[in-house]
Amino acid sequence: MEQAVWLTFLVGVLAATLRVATPLVWASIGEVYTERSGVLNLGIEGIMFLGAFVGFAAAAKASQAGLPGYLWIGLGAAVLAGVIMALLMGLLSVTLGVNQHVSGLGITLLSIALSMFGFRLVFGESKVLPSIEPFGQIAIFGNIPILGPVLNQYLLTYVAFLVLVPLAWWMLYRSSFGLSLRAVGENPEAADAAGVNVYRIRYLALIIGGAFMAIGGAFLSLAQLGAFSPGIIAGRGWVSIALVIFARWDPVRAMWGALLFGAVSALQLRLQTLGFQLPYEAFLALPYLITIFALAIAGRNAPYPGAYLKPYRRE
Amino acid sequence: MTESISPPAVEMRGIVKRFGPVIANNHVDFTLEQGEIHALLGENGAGKTTLMRILYGLYHPDAGEIRIKGQPVVIHSPKDAIAHGIGMVTQHFALAAPLTVAENVVLGYTDGFRLDLPAASQKVLDAARRFGIEVDPNARVKDLSVGQRQRVEILKALYRQADVLILDEPTAVLTPQEVEQLFEGLRRMQSQGLSVVFISHKLHEVMAITDRVTVLRQGEVIGTVRTQETTPAELARMMVGRPTFGVSKPDTSPRDDVLLRLEKVAALDSRGLPAVKDVTLHVRAGEILGLAGVSGNGQRELAQVLEGVRRCTGGYIVANGHDITNAGPRKVMAAGVGRIPEDRHESVVLDLTVAQNMALEHLDAYTRGGVLDKKRMRAHAEQLIEAYQIKARPDDPIRTLSGGNMQKVILARVLERNPSVIIVAQPTRGLDVGATEYVHQKLVEQRERGAAILLISEDLDEILTLSDRVAVMYEGEIMGIVPPDVDLETLGLLMSGVRIANEPENTEAA
Ligand SMILES: Nc1ncnc2c1ncn2[C@@H]1O[C@H](COP(=O)(O)OP(=O)(O)O)[C@@H](O)[C@H]1O
Ligand SMILES: [Mg+2]
Repeated sequence: MEQAVWLTFLVGVLAATLRVATPLVWASIGEVYTERSGVLNLGIEGIMFLGAFVGFAAAAKASQAGLPGYLWIGLGAAVLAGVIMALLMGLLSVTLGVNQHVSGLGITLLSIALSMFGFRLVFGESKVLPSIEPFGQIAIFGNIPILGPVLNQYLLTYVAFLVLVPLAWWMLYRSSFGLSLRAVGENPEAADAAGVNVYRIRYLALIIGGAFMAIGGAFLSLAQLGAFSPGIIAGRGWVSIALVIFARWDPVRAMWGALLFGAVSALQLRLQTLGFQLPYEAFLALPYLITIFALAIAGRNAPYPGAYLKPYRRE
Repeated sequence: MTESISPPAVEMRGIVKRFGPVIANNHVDFTLEQGEIHALLGENGAGKTTLMRILYGLYHPDAGEIRIKGQPVVIHSPKDAIAHGIGMVTQHFALAAPLTVAENVVLGYTDGFRLDLPAASQKVLDAARRFGIEVDPNARVKDLSVGQRQRVEILKALYRQADVLILDEPTAVLTPQEVEQLFEGLRRMQSQGLSVVFISHKLHEVMAITDRVTVLRQGEVIGTVRTQETTPAELARMMVGRPTFGVSKPDTSPRDDVLLRLEKVAALDSRGLPAVKDVTLHVRAGEILGLAGVSGNGQRELAQVLEGVRRCTGGYIVANGHDITNAGPRKVMAAGVGRIPEDRHESVVLDLTVAQNMALEHLDAYTRGGVLDKKRMRAHAEQLIEAYQIKARPDDPIRTLSGGNMQKVILARVLERNPSVIIVAQPTRGLDVGATEYVHQKLVEQRERGAAILLISEDLDEILTLSDRVAVMYEGEIMGIVPPDVDLETLGLLMSGVRIANEPENTEAA
């Protein structure tokens, strides 16, 4: 009997780990692309937020209009919003050479403000939070014990772990785009002299990154929750920034970092429900504390891209 | 050289390039014949780099036209230049350090989206073999020596099928052996029909390797001559606009008082390994003590210890009667020690102006009620610019200065305080004839004034002309101290670690 309880506990934690890690994988892989090009996109928190809102709003409207693929319409709208913000980030930090901290934080503030405003505009001041029927988990493993409950996950979770991460690795290390990307992030003068268009590569990296960040946000509203609330992102963007440093800008390590964060979060949730006597806030803070801790250890001597934070200007 | 039937590889006519008020190129004509090695000779700031950066598409000319093999072309970017078969190895290498050699070489020149690294490595290796250049395609650039990095840069150009290769002061960073290897490679390229532009201000190199020489001075072409039909003296006159004289040091002998005393000084290098071992040196007033040695034998670490920026792990240092062992830069300066470090770019703050850099080490003197007195800083800078003949204005960012002018700023900053001890490392590395002469002159003046000077240099000519005594360092130890008229063979032996009999500093009553 004892054993069965622990098994249920473990299965619950594992399933939740994958779920919690999903948006972090999307966002941190997106950030890996942008940072490898030498641009720190602190707009990540805002872009995730905007992705969550735009995805939800578009899906809700499409659903009201009776369109069958309303969730996909939402996801597409989220990607579009993420790309627009990425372009704005590019205009500021790449074209105009504005300080990346300033432009990134600006993008985050703008995105969050736009989302909150948009939410009022679209849904008014209703008492009940609007909701939609979200993406469901895919029952690949059906009712098989253990495997089923752990691995029957959302499509976006599968894509994150099975496509996004390996693809990012391949792109970085095995494609000519990845070579240009790394060179632009390390030494844009060298890349330029070799005939690589530094601005083009940085814009492309920002666009890819913005799209993935927005999907990470939309995952929360369109899959996990089926709703949108102001606390929906809750610092996941900032956590992703930390994960990227923790991962030393490597997509596979970023995935492990996301899983670690996911595991701690999942554990924290379960422990709370099991009635451990600690203040609720302490549990909430736990994953973030672990992140800071991991960062402090792995982030020392982190091999920052050589051109990190530096706008490129031809002399 | 192939004769006149084939059009020149490159023709530049009437090239004008301005940077604000500076005219870097003033109606420059330059012709590179196919298959020749052509020197661009000129002092720092003469406009050599600018001219070639224009050809490589890094700058756009304000006027003038470029023809490649007879065809008029417009070169917007390096990509265009590469497409026209032009390759350039710039002074500051354009390499991404964490990437491998092969990755750096194929960067921007890959076919297809998929990157076939093994195939790329093989192609890089083939190109390297063809021109007799040794490199490991899978090594990471950050692990390579400067000479090896230069080879990667050359390979990059060759890999892109360049038939015109521009080398911007390639020998400034090489050892004599590496220079010889480079020249061999260049001859090989020439024999395969490549044309080479060789930028330099070193006359003997120009004489040794080139077919023709174009001399630039202050942005204008002074003339183009065949190397065989000219002499170093004529080239020098064309270059500086006057005959050059070597610096001679007056025949005064040092005084007896030891102003800088190192006793059994030891230090570790950045990897934590012993780099300086029990170094004992005494430098007297009015003396230049030269410290010679092959690069990487602890000279740099010793200099850093003396400058107060590296920990001394044993022994002690007394300057001017003050114990400055591990005292930190501030106290070292306060003890009357002037420091002219090896890396100019690290002893100035590149983003600050000339005036700010000149005041930097003594900001207290320019502060009134907690506020910087900009007027006084400017006035001070103007005065030093005048006194040290620096080609710059007080408000110019220091990064826009040529190496020679940057070095003059550092000299001015140090020497105006009449230091009694001067630690100077590689003071003329990368400088042209005029600036080198100037720096040597200043050091000799300081010697006359009675300063004790420790001159650390890898340039043997420099050491032998300026020093009163020469200490040779090998693997962190002093192998011996010899007079400057020592024969080169003895010096060579010392530099390769063979100790000679006398026990140098102990024989002096100190
Ligand atoms: N990017 C630049 N901005 C402003 N001035 C420059 C720039 N590049 C070169 N100059 C100036 O143009 C002149 C020629 O410089 P350069 O071509 O580098 O000379 P050289 O290579 O012969 O030493 C110098 O006075 C230099 O200060
Ligand atoms: Mg130059």
